[in-house]
Amino acid sequence: MAQQPHPRFSVMSTSSLSSADALSPATSTTRFSLPSVNTASTSTRHAGPRPNIFDRSLNKTRTTEVSTSAFAFLFSEVVQYTQKRVSGINDLERRLNTLGYRIGTRVLELMAWRAESGSKAPKREIRFLPALMSIHTQVWKAVFGKPADAIEKSVSNEDEYMIIDNEPAIERYISVPRDMSQLSCSSFTAGIVEAVLDGLGFPARVTAHNTPVQGHPARTTILIKLEKSVLEREEVFKT
Amino acid sequence: MAIFGLWVINKAGGLVYQRNFADGLAQLTSNEYLVLAGTLHGIHAITSRLSPIGGPSSGAQVIEGESFKMTILLTATGTKFVLLTSLAETSAEIVLQKVYEVYADAVMKNPFHTPEMPIRSEGFDVRIGTLIGDGRTG
Repeated sequence: MAQQPHPRFSVMSTSSLSSADALSPATSTTRFSLPSVNTASTSTRHAGPRPNIFDRSLNKTRTTEVSTSAFAFLFSEVVQYTQKRVSGINDLERRLNTLGYRIGTRVLELMAWRAESGSKAPKREIRFLPALMSIHTQVWKAVFGKPADAIEKSVSNEDEYMIIDNEPAIERYISVPRDMSQLSCSSFTAGIVEAVLDGLGFPARVTAHNTPVQGHPARTTILIKLEKSVLEREEVFKT
Repeated sequence: MAIFGLWVINKAGGLVYQRNFADGLAQLTSNEYLVLAGTLHGIHAITSRLSPIGGPSSGAQVIEGESFKMTILLTATGTKFVLLTSLAETSAEIVLQKVYEVYADAVMKNPFHTPEMPIRSEGFDVRIGTLIGDGRTG
C-alpha cells in the first residue's frame, strides 16, 4: 500500500521530494526548506516565486523592517494579555522582562551572525564597556532603528550602569494611567538587554525606570546592575 | 473662525470624549453633553435611512444652526467624531480626519484603553491640544 507523504515534511532526502512531487501539486517550488501546510492555491496565486521568510538573507535589513503600527498593536495586546494575568505592577514588569529576554537571546545571535559571519577570526566582547557600547549602538539599531541616547555610570554604586532612551519606540503610543505611574513598559527592553548581557557572559539584573525631563516626557532609563563576578573579572583584566 | 468643541461618540451612542476649545457656546454640564450625544446618535441613525435614493447612506455630515456648525465624521467601525465650529470655519473636515488619526495612534494603540469606554489617555489629550490649540483658527 503506497504511503501518502505527510504534507508537512521537511526535505532532507531528494527521494521523498520526488515522490511528493508526483502526488502533490504543492511542491512545484524547487526549494522546500519550510514545512508547508498550504498549498496549491498560494503557490499559483503568486506568479513569480516569492521567497518565504526562511529563505531571505539574514543580513539584509532594509527590506525586512516592520510597520510601527503593526508592532504597536501587537505590543499593546502583549501588555493587555500580560496585565490580565498578574497581580501588581512588579509582577507585570517582571513578565514583560521575561518576554523581552526571549527576544534578546535571538537578537544577540543574529547580531553576532551579522557582524562576525564574514570574518575569518570571529570574536566576541569580553570587556564590559565595549559590550555596553555595542548594546547602546548595535542592538538598539537592530531592534529600534536608532542608537540609544546616552550611557551613564552610577556615581554611588560602581556596579550600576544606565542606558538612556529619550523616546522609547515601544512606548510611543502608550499612556500609562496615573494609578500605575510606576510602571515602565520598557521592562520589555530591559529584558532584551539582560538577555544580551547574559549571552555575552555578563550576568546582570536589568530594570527600566521612567525618568522624564523637560522636553522628553517619555525618557526612560534602563538600569543595569552587574553581578559581583563580572566586576571581579574586570579587575583581573586591569592588572 | 473658531473651533468650539470636539465630541467622540462610541458606536452605542455613548459620549466617550468631550472637550471645549474656543468660547462661544453655552457651557453645559457633563450630563447634558451625554444626553445631546445620545440624541445626535439617534438623529444620525434616522438620517442615514432618509436618503432619497436607495442603498446605504452615511447619514448627516453637517448640521448648521444660526450660530454654529456641527460636522460629523462617521468611521467604518461606527465611532463618530463631531466637531462644533463657527459657521465660517472651513477646515472642519480636515481637522476631523486628523483627530481620527490621533485617535488611532494614541487611543487604539494604547494598551490601557478599553474599547467603547471613556478616553482617559494623556497622549490623546496632549496631541489633540497641539492639533486644535485654543480653537482660534484665524
